[in-house]
Amino acid sequence: MAQKAENKACAMTTAHAESMERRVRLTCRVNGQFVVEDIDPTMLLLHFLRDRLKLFGTKEACGEGECGACTVIMNGRPVTSCLVLAIEAEGSEITTVEGLAKNGELSILQQEFIELDALQCGFCTPGMLMSARALLDRNPDPTDDDIKEAMSGNLCRCTGYRQIFDAVKKAAKREREELKRS
Amino acid sequence: MSQPDYKKEMEQFSYKQHLDYESPYRHVGKGYSRADATEKVTGQARYTYDLEFPGMLYAKCLHSPYARAKIVSIDKSKALALPGVKAVLCGEDTDIFVGLYMQDKYVFARGEARYQGEVVAAVAATTEEIAEKAITLIDVEYELLEPVYNLDQALKNETLVHPNIGEIAHTEGVFFPQADTNIASLNKSRRGDIDKGFEEADVVIENEFSLPAVAHVPLEVHNCIVQADPFSNKIKIWSSAQSPFALRQMMAASFGINESDIQVVIPYVGGGFGGKAGIHLEPLTALLSKASGGLPVKLKMSREEEFNYMPTRAGMRGRIKTGVKKDGKLTAMEIVYDWDSGAYADYGVNVGKTAVYGGLGPYDVPNAAITSNTIYTNKVFSTAYRGFGHLETLWTIERQMDVLSQKLGIDPYDFRMMNMLRPGSRTITGELVTESTGSPIDCLKAAAKEIGWTGRKTEEEREREWKTGKVSGKGFAMIQKAPAMPANTSSSVIMQMCGDGHVKMMMGGVDYGQGAVTAMAQIAAEELNVPIEMVECRRVIDTDTNPYDWNTVASKLTWMAGNATIRAARNMVKQMKKLAAAVLHSAPEFLGHKDGYIYSLHRPEQRIAYKDLALGYMFPDGSGIGGPLISHGVCMADGLTNLHPQTGQGHPAAAWTFGCHAVDIEVDIESGDIHVKKIASAFDIGQVINEKFVYGQVCGGIVQGIGSAILEGYKFSDENVLLNPSFTDNKIPTMKDMPDEIVPIYIENKQYNGPYGARGIAEHTMISVPSAIGNAVYDALGINFYRLPLTPENVMLGILSGEKDIR
Repeated sequence: MAQKAENKACAMTTAHAESMERRVRLTCRVNGQFVVEDIDPTMLLLHFLRDRLKLFGTKEACGEGECGACTVIMNGRPVTSCLVLAIEAEGSEITTVEGLAKNGELSILQQEFIELDALQCGFCTPGMLMSARALLDRNPDPTDDDIKEAMSGNLCRCTGYRQIFDAVKKAAKREREELKRS
Repeated sequence: MSQPDYKKEMEQFSYKQHLDYESPYRHVGKGYSRADATEKVTGQARYTYDLEFPGMLYAKCLHSPYARAKIVSIDKSKALALPGVKAVLCGEDTDIFVGLYMQDKYVFARGEARYQGEVVAAVAATTEEIAEKAITLIDVEYELLEPVYNLDQALKNETLVHPNIGEIAHTEGVFFPQADTNIASLNKSRRGDIDKGFEEADVVIENEFSLPAVAHVPLEVHNCIVQADPFSNKIKIWSSAQSPFALRQMMAASFGINESDIQVVIPYVGGGFGGKAGIHLEPLTALLSKASGGLPVKLKMSREEEFNYMPTRAGMRGRIKTGVKKDGKLTAMEIVYDWDSGAYADYGVNVGKTAVYGGLGPYDVPNAAITSNTIYTNKVFSTAYRGFGHLETLWTIERQMDVLSQKLGIDPYDFRMMNMLRPGSRTITGELVTESTGSPIDCLKAAAKEIGWTGRKTEEEREREWKTGKVSGKGFAMIQKAPAMPANTSSSVIMQMCGDGHVKMMMGGVDYGQGAVTAMAQIAAEELNVPIEMVECRRVIDTDTNPYDWNTVASKLTWMAGNATIRAARNMVKQMKKLAAAVLHSAPEFLGHKDGYIYSLHRPEQRIAYKDLALGYMFPDGSGIGGPLISHGVCMADGLTNLHPQTGQGHPAAAWTFGCHAVDIEVDIESGDIHVKKIASAFDIGQVINEKFVYGQVCGGIVQGIGSAILEGYKFSDENVLLNPSFTDNKIPTMKDMPDEIVPIYIENKQYNGPYGARGIAEHTMISVPSAIGNAVYDALGINFYRLPLTPENVMLGILSGEKDIR
């Protein structure tokens, strides 16, 4: 029985069609800086950040919104940038991992990730940090279950999550103390 | 002789936990943060996935949709005609083999595709979307063939995955392919007289345990960039790989070129777990580069390809027959391990081989026989995976030990204590256990004490809890594993001092998350007796500059590269003292070294700074003596041998690391959900090198083990097509699956040839988690499960069946 197989491309369609004909203008703020770029309307936010803005800190690990490695904060909410079209970011405020440290100083969250060794290979780390940042921005005093809920969309195969959980919890406490002082 | 009171010994035993760990050394044992942490939390760390080069092309692969099919024809013409396509290659274009231990795999399927997912053709093009489009334009005509579905069918040998199995070139004397069968390697070990052992037994119990294939799931998928010069043999590789030197060697073997023609560069690596050891995408990508005029070509897997093209942990079935005296003394153990290793041997045959010396658990069994069959089937092939077969063999042994103790009416704690290896015992391969080997007994005592083990739950207690909808249970399982490595494995380190007294060191092993570069710097700083900031171990590995290491696998890097680091650092100190002795008119023996100074032991104010020796010492008149300080250190495993082909006798283990996981779980009898409330894990690691990283290994391994225990597993259709190649259907643990409490316990019985007495700890943290949970499930429900994973569905089906044995 001879058969012709229907060839299909892979599920994680990392390619983005940068066609020259269909261009739209995208204006947004990324890590505090204004960005104006003409892009293909089918371009994903993930690829916009990595390929256009050269922000390679945002990682891709599944391409289907299941692993959280590509998480960035858009208008205060964590989004998996592999499932968001770049044009959806029109007029928005975006923070990536490169935007966490301010004035050459690591943020409390980053410091606690280092201190508690909440990272091993580091590939999930940017996404973890962004999910944690988004959580602490909307809920400065999260319960244990709040942390687990907010972080459960981010997969990590190295750490077993324990140190990540502890780092988020400790960073939350330190940030609250900081806020009280100021 | 009356039996010792094991429980009393447990109560009196004291140990060091993660939280109260204190090191007697200046650097060794301290919990320094990883040297590359800042790059990782700021997004600066660059993985192969992030690299781009001028003129770089993108590759995509076309995979066989069928588990077994004859490739009748491939028409590449339409793909080649697509503007932007630089090369299209398939099986008929190359006869290059890729093989670790057996030369059984072509770069592309040639003539026949042997698993669903095997690469049939590949394209290199100027953009990813052109490459993707070109893939859809390749016409392949297949003729479907009946696949070899599973172990039982494979063992009938009616259809052979590799009909030429008798002629396949392989590492002779180590692997034993059986002609006219599907057995890629048959390995054996024998101790004592197995028949006599069963005759002596009062009780003989036989069981079968099994578990499915699972995926490694590194967050960074397999990917590489290769530039292959079409006018010479030169090949340059950037790869997300664990083992640059093994990769170089195997590339050279495949292409028939010199190792020195190949340069392998390993930037940051986003996890490996064994799946990035060996050689995978690099030969295919090299061929595409060569065919494209030598442009660099990048090939990266999608997550789907990661599941069904890249290799897995093999499925396994362990059939075990055990003889035991009424008093609990083991008399005989006969085990047959059958590995469902998929279409190609890769590391799978070595996993099979390892089972014959690692597959008995840490027990002294006077009469034992292990047979291990690594078996070809038409499935995605298997490779090394954290634990290298020991999670699977421990699922067999440690569950069987629990079942045996139930039948004998002996506490499983006492039963294990009675039969455990102790100084004076011999392993199945005849190795003598000494004080230096480490103590599984200490590990069991500590872990069981930590979960408050007092004995199994009674039927009344179980019934009382049953009414609440949640039943708790406790269980434990031993760990024993040595590195699976060739007897002549080696590691090496080079150190150079900068003019300011800082030391730069290089090794050949890769830090893909375990923290090796930091740990090695700690060891160097300890020996050089300088602040930790004075030493940096190079992050990127480049085979053109870094010294050799066999492989970064097997939990052996700390042990081997650690020893090499000590030797390199001591050599550097020796050179400095020799030079300083000349300058100070002293003798090296009269000099000490500390904080960047070589000083006179008797007159400490007479001293010379390291930095003044670093590039040679310069006298006031400008003349110099000595020269730039460069040192090296090597470590080759000592006293190891290949195993005897028939009896398995020999010395395979550079370092046994023993341990024990003890768990306290809760089973929801309405949903079948298993929740780990507490896990206490004890490991005899000899010496903690970096307290944070050991803790990281423990927590990470435990949760990965929980994945194998309650979540993960490949599912195949009736046509042997993988049904769950995505995170949606093939879940790994999330933060919600982590145990409520993890108690790591470090036992430090020194191994006399380990660095500061250390043994490896990496894989060990994972490998008996499923068996401990399986044992605790019995304690909770009174039901023995024999197959993994213990998903809510499988547990519920077990509960509802009313059976006590779910086989």
